[in-house]
Amino acid sequence: MTFDHCEKMEYAIEARGLTKRFGENIAVNKLDLLIPKGSIYGFLGPNGCGKSTSIRLLTGLLEASEGDVTILGKPLLGHEESLKTRIGYMTQKFSLYDNLTVRENLNFVGAIYGFAGKRKKARIEELLALYDLEKQAKQFAGSMSGGQKQRLALACATLHSPELLFLDEPTSAVDPENRREFWERLFDLCAAGTTILVSTHYMDEAERCHALAIMEEGNKRADGSPQALMNAMPATVVEVSGNKLRQLKQTLTQHPDILSAAQIGAHLRVLVKKKVQNPLLFISELSHGRETLLARPSLEDVFVTCTGGRHGD
Amino acid sequence: MGISIWIRIYAIFVKELKQLSRDRMTFGMIIMIPLVQLMLFGYAINTDARHIPVGLVDLSQTSESRAVEQALVATQSVDFIARYRSIKEAEIAITKGDIRAVLYLPADMTRRLFNHPLYDHKQADSPLTQPIGQWIVDGSDTVIASSIRALRNMPLDEVANHSATRTAPSFEVVQYFNPEQRTVVNIVPGLVAVILTMTMILFTSSAIVREHEHGNMEFLITTPVRSIELMIGKIAPYVLVGLLQVAIILSVGHWVFSVPIKGNLLSLLGSSVLFIFASLTLGLVLSTIAKTQLQAMQMTIFILLPSILLSGFMFPYDAMPVAAQWIAEALPVTHFMRMIRAIALRDANLLLLGKDALWLGLFTVGGIIIASLRFKKKLG
Repeated sequence: MTFDHCEKMEYAIEARGLTKRFGENIAVNKLDLLIPKGSIYGFLGPNGCGKSTSIRLLTGLLEASEGDVTILGKPLLGHEESLKTRIGYMTQKFSLYDNLTVRENLNFVGAIYGFAGKRKKARIEELLALYDLEKQAKQFAGSMSGGQKQRLALACATLHSPELLFLDEPTSAVDPENRREFWERLFDLCAAGTTILVSTHYMDEAERCHALAIMEEGNKRADGSPQALMNAMPATVVEVSGNKLRQLKQTLTQHPDILSAAQIGAHLRVLVKKKVQNPLLFISELSHGRETLLARPSLEDVFVTCTGGRHGD
Repeated sequence: MGISIWIRIYAIFVKELKQLSRDRMTFGMIIMIPLVQLMLFGYAINTDARHIPVGLVDLSQTSESRAVEQALVATQSVDFIARYRSIKEAEIAITKGDIRAVLYLPADMTRRLFNHPLYDHKQADSPLTQPIGQWIVDGSDTVIASSIRALRNMPLDEVANHSATRTAPSFEVVQYFNPEQRTVVNIVPGLVAVILTMTMILFTSSAIVREHEHGNMEFLITTPVRSIELMIGKIAPYVLVGLLQVAIILSVGHWVFSVPIKGNLLSLLGSSVLFIFASLTLGLVLSTIAKTQLQAMQMTIFILLPSILLSGFMFPYDAMPVAAQWIAEALPVTHFMRMIRAIALRDANLLLLGKDALWLGLFTVGGIIIASLRFKKKLG
């Protein structure tokens, strides 16, 4: 039965042992990915962890040093050009023309994808309305706000209705309000059948993904749905409240069975290794009777647990 | 599928033209570079040195010595701006740079003059004949030195104040195409070649680099656009720019400096288009090598200097050593320099200049192929 299920499952991206070296430096190390069609998949990690390089490898912008990649059922190697009509890419840095207007940018991108005449005009009108850019149609792209630029970039990346969309830190230059809105649009695209791969360093964004990979120094430290990652976390979260938390933190972090302790408001959030039988009692003793409470793990806890040399054991 | 190639090339062409028209500075330079340089060079460059400042050491102090001085002034080659009592004083003035040469007339100049066959035609050329004076020249500048040298056999009839039967020259020289020997006639068509080299290579050499630097390229290479489409779409607008510059230079040259445009306009257009394409593809090749706009600029200058100095614009091609001529042949500008001067001044047509035209055509095709091959749709 599980075998049957696997057969039917279609993947937008399949990567095995994907590696990219720049000289001595390994930017991406043996990355394995299986991203089902129609899902939103996240790359979560700090700057320089290999998120952008991975996306560039998967779009064919960079050549991999090792590994196999299959995009939308076709091997990437040798099909880069034919795949370009089926994928969309929104770069981290705004990559449209500052001294062209919004409409001129869309016209240019439309023509590059082979749209012409009424078909192009209709598609551009549709996008201007969808991404709320009708008032800015005649404005130079360079003079727009971060949020407007980001909507224009998304409009251009999706103009040819790609089946697979790559977004490289799409929300790094926008305010929280615009970020919320942006994600609504991503879910609309996803509902229409687009597979989306998005990189981010925001926990709340990562939490919205169907599945994600936590990356660090070119390595994938963990992957799965946010819930599964939280459930599988090899640590228990204990919140400690009381006074002199800064000093307590110092002593706690030195204990080998404690992965991390971080102050959040009036609490100290402590990650205790799963092998500790009774974490509440264990922390209570260590913190000399301060109030302790079991807490629900968050994605940030997962991130902290599996990065910074705390992964594995 | 076939039509989408043209849609894409046209889209890049329109985009490039719009960006160019919004870049006021660049747009202004397209017109100002040829105008200002033409006015400047048209008036300033003159290989025919006149009114050279010189000094005089006159030890004879006779009416004849003053007559010699006046005869020299009448040639307009030299202006006597200072007098010195001795050669020593005059030499110091040359070293300081006050004067470029000094004329020394010895105390016995009158006797020498009377015995000179150029003065008195009845005198025979004998071993006793002596020059009437001596020029001491700052020979470091060859143009100045040769102008003074030309005075060596100056007729002395004017000093003698009588017209005498002159000996016939060995050769008669008839100067076609530029009988008045005005430098500007040769400069203006040459300037078309130099200015086109400069602007065409400069614009395109930064074309691809600019897309990289502004981050546009990362998006562009994930689209289905092909490198050859990008190359053609990017250089096409500059063909118009180049033709506009040719028109500016030749019409200003014609109306302001009375440079004759003898050849037919079709040959002129044909040769200009060939050269513009060759220069643009050269720029594109540089553009695929350079990583930054500064590097592109340096490479342009690396090409520009030999284009000015070796192409025959400044110095005659035929006077260069063979190795330098080979280098010159490799530059598109040398071929165009030959063609535009032939067409504009000597009414040659494109067919007469087939070899140069063919070379420019081959250069363009080769350049486009190299640029497309070098430009990979990859990062890093």
